[in-house]
Amino acid sequence: MASSFGFGILRAPLVVLGVVTLTFLLLHAAPGDPIALMLGPAATTTDREIAARALGLDQPLAEQYLRWLARAIRGDFGRSIATGRPVASMLWQAWPATAILVGASIALSYAVGVLLAAFQSASRHRWVDRIVSAVTVVLAAIPGYWLAFLLIMVFGYALRWFPAFGAAGIDAEFLTPAGRLADRLAHLALPLATLTLIGIGTVARYARGSLLAAASEPYLLVARAKGLRPARVMLRHHLRNGLVPIVALLGLSLPALFSGAVFVEGVFAWPGVGQVLIQGVQSRDYPVVMAATTLSALLVVVGSVVAEVFLHRVDPRTRPS
Amino acid sequence: MRAKLGAGIVVGFAALALAAPAASLDGTDVVLTRFLPPGAVDDAGVLHLLGTDRLGRDVLSRLLHGARVSLAVALLATVVSLAMGVVVGTSAAILGPRVRAALLGITDFALALPRVVLLLLLAALWQPSAGLVIATLGLTGWMPLARLVYAESAAQLGRPYVGAAQALGGGRRHTVVRHILPNIGTTVLAAAALGVGQAITLEAGLSFLGLGVQPPTPSWGALIASGRETIVNAPWVGLAPGIALVILVLACSMIADGLGQGNDLDRHQLSRLRSEAH
Repeated sequence: MASSFGFGILRAPLVVLGVVTLTFLLLHAAPGDPIALMLGPAATTTDREIAARALGLDQPLAEQYLRWLARAIRGDFGRSIATGRPVASMLWQAWPATAILVGASIALSYAVGVLLAAFQSASRHRWVDRIVSAVTVVLAAIPGYWLAFLLIMVFGYALRWFPAFGAAGIDAEFLTPAGRLADRLAHLALPLATLTLIGIGTVARYARGSLLAAASEPYLLVARAKGLRPARVMLRHHLRNGLVPIVALLGLSLPALFSGAVFVEGVFAWPGVGQVLIQGVQSRDYPVVMAATTLSALLVVVGSVVAEVFLHRVDPRTRPS
Repeated sequence: MRAKLGAGIVVGFAALALAAPAASLDGTDVVLTRFLPPGAVDDAGVLHLLGTDRLGRDVLSRLLHGARVSLAVALLATVVSLAMGVVVGTSAAILGPRVRAALLGITDFALALPRVVLLLLLAALWQPSAGLVIATLGLTGWMPLARLVYAESAAQLGRPYVGAAQALGGGRRHTVVRHILPNIGTTVLAAAALGVGQAITLEAGLSFLGLGVQPPTPSWGALIASGRETIVNAPWVGLAPGIALVILVLACSMIADGLGQGNDLDRHQLSRLRSEAH
């Protein structure tokens, strides 16, 4: 069972290596000559040869690949063409914003999603189940960038409750520490709500399915027959067993969550890895795109490993013997 | 029932999309009245059911013309990933253990990458166009299908009818094409329907970022993006294509759910596929 979920800790570095290799190969397969782009049409053949030698582009492909690998391992991704800043420092600044956004939305959407599902499966009324199901199905179908559009329209412009973009107000520098925190949280509200609402849709549907599957297990009958209160049966018996697949979902859904974060960061100008990536793509800033791709794979892989360790803790049956 | 309703909605959209040139203005036509609210009539007496945008283009016409692009791209991309998924999945099931390990390893690796990041990478390296979007969506969408086809085919291999087909002298290809594929077809189609929904969402996402089909060709993502610029004074410009998109994605997932109920498309697999969606 364990091997079918995500990857073991041993496989994680392999995946990252694969991503670095893939980006290298794609960069070479793509049309366009970097030297022609750099030097412009007026360059002579000698100019080109000199530039190619300086960049190491005259070396065989294997040699270039090894150099690329060595630099990637050291975290040296060169300088951004658009901003001239080292790419590594741009990403170093960006990753905490993404981690906060994705981390908080995972925590919230799992908490609310599981609660909804428990409420659904505990409720004796069929219409409760129907309505909650309908809502979660629609939530799961809404694309993040459009939900963001709706939330900005309602809470950003119509009600003016939350700022519509950015991570801090222009006056943030002049606020007290408490004021600055409040400002940060207000800016986090809409991007977080977007990612979380979609997450709730997925988690609640999945949790409902697995709670339903566990509902007819004999141990629940025993618990009820013992005279335990329904709340206790739900908390100690039903949820504990029904939620194991949910923990597995965490590892599986990380790539999708990160993908969602890319769009949401773009819409809200949230200064994370996703926005760096989108801006890099739009300005065809290759070093930035390469590095952001690698970093996002790294974040996803690390997240999957954490999820897998978590799964082994929750369900001893999945531990490798 | 569900599958039929979902299929009906998709077919309805497709019919409207096909009829778009006859039934509406050209999606790029400019009439002179800008920012007309939904249901308004312009100076020439033409009704604009969904209003007009900031260049005075009819939103409904653009929506229908956009449906042509969005639907065609999503369907073709799904055909690409379906073909790849079936080839990889069945090969992993019937060829030797080494081939299986290699194919499943590649599939798992590709599945571990955030799909949007791959799409952005490809869009950065090549010039955006409809063909590129189809290819990249197809190339980044086959993995869940391959896993599903593999799991289903492997389960079928143990069934007596496969043994009978082989005992009668049926070769590998014959067994797969004539016996295994027809038996797993419905399940795979259910997954492919989900894939269409995802592809529509992702295509719109790419267009939204300006990396999909290029303007002035209307696509739903580009329409939503242009609605974002007029969010305060003309919210309907971005609302209409978004609602259309959500309805279409829901219809796709209804097809998948409906088909999956008849067959035993595992809930786990469904959720797993669905979790790739955004």
